[in-house]
Amino acid sequence: MYWNQEMECMPPEQRRKLQLERLQKLVRRVYENVPHYQRVFRKAGIRPDDVQSLDDLANLPFTTKDDLRRTYPFGLFATPLKNTVRVHASSGTTGKPTVVGYTRQDVDTWSEVMARTLSCAGVKQDDIIQIAYGYGLFTGGLGVHYGAEKIGCTVVPVSVGNTKRQIMLMQDFGTTVLACTPSYALHLAEVLEDLNIDRSRIRLRVGVFGAEPWTRQLGREIENKLNIVAIDIFGLSEIIGPGVASECLYNTGLHIFDDHFLPEIIDPQTGKQLPPGQEGELVITTLTKEAFPLIRYRTRDITALHEESCPCGRTHVRMSKIMGRTDDMLIIRGVNVFPSQVESVLLEIGHAEPHYLLVVDRRGPLDQLEVWVEVSEKVFADEVRRLETLEKTIQREIEGTLGISVKVKLVEPKTIERSQGKAKRVIDKRDLHNLHNKTK
Amino acid sequence: MWVKQISIFLENKSGRLAAVTRLLADHGFNIRALSIADTSDFGILRLIVNDPARAYQVLKDAGFTVSETEVLAVEMPDRPGGLAGVLDLLNEAGINIEYLYAFVSKSAENALVLLKVENLEKAAGVLTANGVTIQGHNIVHQI
Repeated sequence: MYWNQEMECMPPEQRRKLQLERLQKLVRRVYENVPHYQRVFRKAGIRPDDVQSLDDLANLPFTTKDDLRRTYPFGLFATPLKNTVRVHASSGTTGKPTVVGYTRQDVDTWSEVMARTLSCAGVKQDDIIQIAYGYGLFTGGLGVHYGAEKIGCTVVPVSVGNTKRQIMLMQDFGTTVLACTPSYALHLAEVLEDLNIDRSRIRLRVGVFGAEPWTRQLGREIENKLNIVAIDIFGLSEIIGPGVASECLYNTGLHIFDDHFLPEIIDPQTGKQLPPGQEGELVITTLTKEAFPLIRYRTRDITALHEESCPCGRTHVRMSKIMGRTDDMLIIRGVNVFPSQVESVLLEIGHAEPHYLLVVDRRGPLDQLEVWVEVSEKVFADEVRRLETLEKTIQREIEGTLGISVKVKLVEPKTIERSQGKAKRVIDKRDLHNLHNKTK
Repeated sequence: MWVKQISIFLENKSGRLAAVTRLLADHGFNIRALSIADTSDFGILRLIVNDPARAYQVLKDAGFTVSETEVLAVEMPDRPGGLAGVLDLLNEAGINIEYLYAFVSKSAENALVLLKVENLEKAAGVLTANGVTIQGHNIVHQI
């Protein structure tokens, strides 16, 4: 089911023409209106007219999160504030937030790409959608809201939290679509179980889950518990919010709405473009945004692009589910390791909500990886032999996935620190040694 | 008919055993028998207490990983060869013992041993057919 068949199913050759046209206009626009871009383009010896083909994109300088921080709050806006009808901001874990702005046209574009996203999930006008993403400065709530209204769904803007009331509304209103983060969906499912609510009183059919990366295994867990289809939606506030890319019902990866958002994959270390199929850092150029356009924004998300066609008929380039963040990536004995890989293994083995910690240390010349896993009641056995078998199974599976040797240690529940629902996944003691050496 | 046992997962570090026993003491539980199986990293503490269902809940609420299992309480003569006789019977019947530990009994003539086997039913059948007495959970109320 398409929202905008012409754009979603456009022949790739034709789309490339459109992308080039839009890219050339964008480059001129930011060069003329944003001092930051004029400065970095000049420094790189690039004039707007130098962009003659899509390949020339690779010559343009990157934009990073630091550039956004440096220009706080409105330094990267390309239109006067009087034309800006909305701002959003992402919570900065350190210091100032990142501020983004929208013109009236940008809000329309956002509604359009969110309507496409929801249509990818099979959402229609007669659906009742409960939006349990946070509303406010965060883009999640309002982003999904505008897309759902554009389709004409009945929107329940309940925002996040108050789970029992969410469940009451879900039953009383006959909600068919749930929009929230995957971790909140899992929490909702568990509360539903605890309250012993008859599943036949819930009409949920599909969930659109985003704002944090999730594995297929976690998706299956949510699908089984809620008896729904789980759709991964991707976006980030810097680019527009939710609505950058979405899975369709065929589960072939996420379709990037690349008539608006032009993706590339680069090697995070060298900055060189990588060919389709290869994993690296996702970089996005916003082709149509007016108030807050970005040239080659480094998202720090790790994924790969795919150009093969999808049975759904959309011709957009697709990205794999996010595999991790460049800032989460550990390099252990030269191998790239993401906490999410360990999480998938634990979910395969049967931990519903795996609580784990990667402890990296250096003994002599070699890095050592220890994986601590909390023993849940689900996997606890009364016999040492069986727990040792579990330990060995986890070790074998993780070694198979990561390709390096690990030591697995079973620990008691709540051993691993939780901060605001988000667990700390890595302790890298190698940093401490480095620090120690530096101070000496 | 079987004796209910509480098993608790413990990390092999100082103070964990004290934490469990202190918690049980504060809630008025009397530990009637216990055993610990351990490796270099972790251990499993197995307990027989007077009210296993409530003990399970108390431990779980305190955040421990707990399970409730059933074991066989076998009575045997308190003299040399008492245990060997019982084990011979099980061995002949091809029944593997996962673990066992002793229960302090008040009786002077008989000793009580708690046995974990895969098939409690079968083991109990073999033993009673050979005149061995199997005790139920009421043993925790002795003394």
